[in-house]
Amino acid sequence: MAVTEEDVMKVSRLARLAILEENVPVYAAKLSGIVDMVEQLNAVDTTGVEPMSNPLDSVQRLREDVATETDHREHYQACAPEVEKGLYLVPKVLE
Amino acid sequence: MEWETVIGLEIHAQLSTNSKIFSGSSTAYGAEPNTQASLVDLGMPGVLPVLNKQAVKLALRLGLAIDAEIAPQSVFARKNYFYPDLPKGYQISQFELPIVGLGHLDIELENGETKRIGVTRAHLEEDAGKSLHEDFETQTGIDLNRAGTPLLEIVSEPDMRSAKEAVAYVKKLHALVRYLGVCDGNMQEGSFRCDVNVSVRRPGAEFGTRAEIKNLNSFRFIQSAIHCEVDRQIGIIESGGQVVQETRLYDPDKDETRSMRGKEDANDYRYFPDPDLLPVAISAEDLEEARASLPELPDARKQRFMAELGLNADLADDLTNSREVADYFETVAEGCGDTKLAANWVMGGLSALLNKHETDITDAPVSAAMMTGMLVRIKDKTISATAAKEVLEGMWAGDGDADAVIEAKGLKQVTDTGAIEALVDEIIANNPGQVEQYRSGKDKVFGFFVGQTMRASKGKADPAMVNELLKEKLKG
Repeated sequence: MAVTEEDVMKVSRLARLAILEENVPVYAAKLSGIVDMVEQLNAVDTTGVEPMSNPLDSVQRLREDVATETDHREHYQACAPEVEKGLYLVPKVLE
Repeated sequence: MEWETVIGLEIHAQLSTNSKIFSGSSTAYGAEPNTQASLVDLGMPGVLPVLNKQAVKLALRLGLAIDAEIAPQSVFARKNYFYPDLPKGYQISQFELPIVGLGHLDIELENGETKRIGVTRAHLEEDAGKSLHEDFETQTGIDLNRAGTPLLEIVSEPDMRSAKEAVAYVKKLHALVRYLGVCDGNMQEGSFRCDVNVSVRRPGAEFGTRAEIKNLNSFRFIQSAIHCEVDRQIGIIESGGQVVQETRLYDPDKDETRSMRGKEDANDYRYFPDPDLLPVAISAEDLEEARASLPELPDARKQRFMAELGLNADLADDLTNSREVADYFETVAEGCGDTKLAANWVMGGLSALLNKHETDITDAPVSAAMMTGMLVRIKDKTISATAAKEVLEGMWAGDGDADAVIEAKGLKQVTDTGAIEALVDEIIANNPGQVEQYRSGKDKVFGFFVGQTMRASKGKADPAMVNELLKEKLKG
């Protein structure tokens, strides 16, 4: 299998996804199937082909360096679970 | 047995832009928390980043100044990790195709030799927000004003072999980014931060395992952090242990580095090209424009100060450390027509006042024009060097330009022979004992007479004239 159960555990931890232990083998099998399918592309000779970082044949448009945004803190913080002194509050990060 | 230290540096320079790298929020420092955090900076769904033109220009400027390869196309990537001050769950950075490629920076060693330090790359990225841990008992406060601030991460090759070399490199780069107007270099405000990679090895052996010390924000801390990390690593190896590759923090109070625990997954960032951003194309015209925007670089300017203005290496070095000081000096030197006099007063009298009042030369109440005015008055003998000190202080205190201060304080040098002669006569008449000593061969007493005469004239007598008259009259 291309994707092991350890891979599944690691990726889910990195992505902060809670998964049930009993489902780990299922995910490993399904993800392996996907990877195996994509791996068929390895059969294609890509010598001299530049890696594509974006499917659009175009380049980034740039913005002028002007501060255009105004303060909407109150509005934006209306949906935050907890706010104090203008700060967003989250569970303590450091001990 | 001997150990060799190997150091590589990652420097984050905050680019001097008005707005953020991907949004129109202001980057001004010190605003109320979260008042400069827009929907893009907050990572709200459905928003799109739009790249800031000036951030690209500044990156090019630095790249050209370190003689680096500029990528015709560079690509933004997502660096994935979770932390509350990173609202999107990823930082937009550059990975495989950075905008600035291999370049170099030359540093001067203590023995006067020059050493070339390789710069591996420099890439554009956004800064994260700020976490405030101290103010709340069980929670952390998040301020996202800094989120999305444009950074240029400048990565060096592991070319440095001592803490001194590392500091010389950081100082050189610090002066350069300020010269170029790429970054304000304010280390207290975090505009210029340094991560240090340190390892030790036997000379000639393979590189040892390195530790990364994060977020050093002063030249002094960089030096002491390297020293104690080197000692720690040598201690581990000599007692039979192995250095672990990890991230460490430097504690200046205890002068030790310590491990940032629980980051075992931290290096698995799963970079991939950011689908929200297209490749950044740099045209030949863009490069030409950036090249044209380059000021004379510090090294070139130092060489010119030495070759054309005849300054010694140390003075030329001090005067070119900051662009503002160099500009000030050049204006004054040109204005008064005396390079040495200008150099001495800028690095002497003015420097002392700047230090005393903890002021930057750009905020000094004595402008280059005012300084020039004063030096012209020294040159045309209107004032003596002693009186000039008082004039400088007067100008600093806001009493007007040199002529106004000279007038108000009556500092005009006395060059009238008759007036000085009267003073000299009086001093000689009042000090028969010293006159006797002088005439019996005690030359040292001559200084006493000069001092007395100058004091009697309140510093206004022309010292050359005083000397001459005293010599004449003391002969008896």
